[in-house]
Amino acid sequence: MSTPFYVSPQQAMADRAEYARKGIARGRSVVVLQYDNGVVFVAENPSRALHKVSEIYDRIAFAAVGKYNEFENLRIGGVRYADLRGYTYDRDDVTARGLANVYAQTLGTIFSSAGEKPYEVELIVAEVGAGPEDDQIYRLPHDGSIVDEHGSVAVGGNADQISSYLDQRHRDGMTLGEALKLAVESLTRDTNGSERTLTAEQLEVAVLDRTRPQQRKFKRLLGRQLSRLLEEGAGADASDITKDEAEVEEPGSGD
Amino acid sequence: MDFLATHQPDLLPRNRQVPAQGVVEAPHGTTIVAASFPGGVVLAGDRRATMGNLIAQRDIEKVFPADEYSAVGIAGTAGLAVEMVKLFQLELEHFEKVEGVQLSLEGKANRLSTMIRSNLGMAMQGLAVVPLFAGWDVDRQKGRIFSYDVTGGRSEEHGFAATGSGSLFARGSFKKLFREDLTEQQTITLVAQALYDAADEDSATGGPDLARRIYPIVTVITDEGFRRLTEAECSETVRAIHERRLEEPDGPRAALL
Repeated sequence: MSTPFYVSPQQAMADRAEYARKGIARGRSVVVLQYDNGVVFVAENPSRALHKVSEIYDRIAFAAVGKYNEFENLRIGGVRYADLRGYTYDRDDVTARGLANVYAQTLGTIFSSAGEKPYEVELIVAEVGAGPEDDQIYRLPHDGSIVDEHGSVAVGGNADQISSYLDQRHRDGMTLGEALKLAVESLTRDTNGSERTLTAEQLEVAVLDRTRPQQRKFKRLLGRQLSRLLEEGAGADASDITKDEAEVEEPGSGD
Repeated sequence: MDFLATHQPDLLPRNRQVPAQGVVEAPHGTTIVAASFPGGVVLAGDRRATMGNLIAQRDIEKVFPADEYSAVGIAGTAGLAVEMVKLFQLELEHFEKVEGVQLSLEGKANRLSTMIRSNLGMAMQGLAVVPLFAGWDVDRQKGRIFSYDVTGGRSEEHGFAATGSGSLFARGSFKKLFREDLTEQQTITLVAQALYDAADEDSATGGPDLARRIYPIVTVITDEGFRRLTEAECSETVRAIHERRLEEPDGPRAALL
C-alpha cells in the first residue's frame, strides 16, 4: 500500500481556490449596476437559451459566471428555496440576505469537502428595495464567502479590471440608459486595452425595476427594446421606455 | 410539486388525514361565472361566503390571478379553495422560473384537475372545492374556459360557464343574453347581469351591495394579460344595471322567437 504524500491544509485550500479561480476566469463577465429605478444586469452571452441572469423571486434576481451546469444547479436550488419560503410564510419573508446565506453555506461546504471538486462559479444575488438605498447586492465567490456590494459589481474573467473601471465612473441616480451604456463600455474593454464592439444580440440584459406595477419586478430587455436603449445611451431618459413596453411585451413572464 | 412532496409533505393538502366522520361547518363560497369574447375572457364572482344559513362574510374575494395569462375562481369550501389556489399559483410560477417558459393553458388546466381530484376525500365529507378556470391561450390566440366537477373531471366550455350554488340561474341568464360578438365592455355587463340574476334567485349568492360599496370582482384576461377591474369600473357597470332594474326588475328581455 502506497503512502499518500502529505499536503498541508493551506496548500490544499490554495490549490482548490486556484482551480476554481482559473475556471471562472475563462468565461465572459457579468456586471450588475444600480440605477435610479432599480438594478440592471448585463452579461455577454450570445446564447438565447442558456441564461446567466435569471429571476429568483418577486424582488430578487440571480447572475452567475463559471460552469453552466454548476450554477444552473444553484439557481434551481435558489428558486426552490424562495418558493418554499414564500409559500410557507409570506412573500415578504423571502429576502436576498437569506438566499445569499444559503448559497454561501452550499458553496462553502462544497469548497471545503475533500471528496468533491470545488464549484467553478461566482454568483451575484440582488434585491431591489422601495428606494435606491434599500437595494441589496451580494457577491458570492467560489469559496462560500459573502461580499456586500454597492453601486456596481463585476464577476467573471477580467473582473478586477472591469470593476475598477466601473467604480471610477458609476454614480448614484444614473438612468437605465446611462447605466446600460456604462456596463456595455466596461464589457467591451479587453485585457490588453483594445476595444471590441458588442451588439444587442451578444448581450443578455435584465432589470429589477422597482416601478413595475406587477409583484414580480424582474424583466428581460429583449430585441427591439434593448437596441433602442443601447442607441439612446446616455442621451434620453430611458426609464420611461421600459415602463411603456412592460405592458406590451409579456408582462411578468421571466422567460 | 414533487419537491414539496419529498421535502415538506405536510404542506400538501393530499397528505392530510380525512376526518373520520362528522360534518364541519365552514364558510362556503358561492357563484362564479365566466364568458368569452373575441379578444379574451371575463371571469367574475360574487362576494358572499355562507356558513349554513348564515352569511359568513360579505366581502370575500373568490377570483384570483393564477399567473399572467389565467385566473381561477372558486366555489366551495373557502379555506380549502384558497389554499388550493395558492398552491396552484406557486406551481405555475415555479415551473415558469425553473423551465424558463410558461406552461401551456391546457397544461395549467390539467394540473388544476389533479389538485381537485386529490381533494376528493374532503369532498365526500362535504368540503368540496369546485373552481372555474379561465385564461388566454397564447398558442391559439383565444380566451378559453374550463369547468370542473368534484372528482377533477375537466371540461372545456364554449362561450360561457358558471359554477357554485347560483350557477343554475346564472346559466339561464347567460343563455338569453350571450352572443358571440360581444365587446369586452359588453361581456363585463353580461357577467354582471348573470351574477345579478343568480343573487336574485339564490339566497347564498350576494348581489351588489350599493350601500356598503361591495361589488362583484370582475377580471379580464386578454393577450395583454390579467387585469382586475377597479372598484370604480365595477361600480359604474353595476350601478348602470341597477338603474335599469329599477324599471325592469327582471332584467333585459330576450326576443320571444
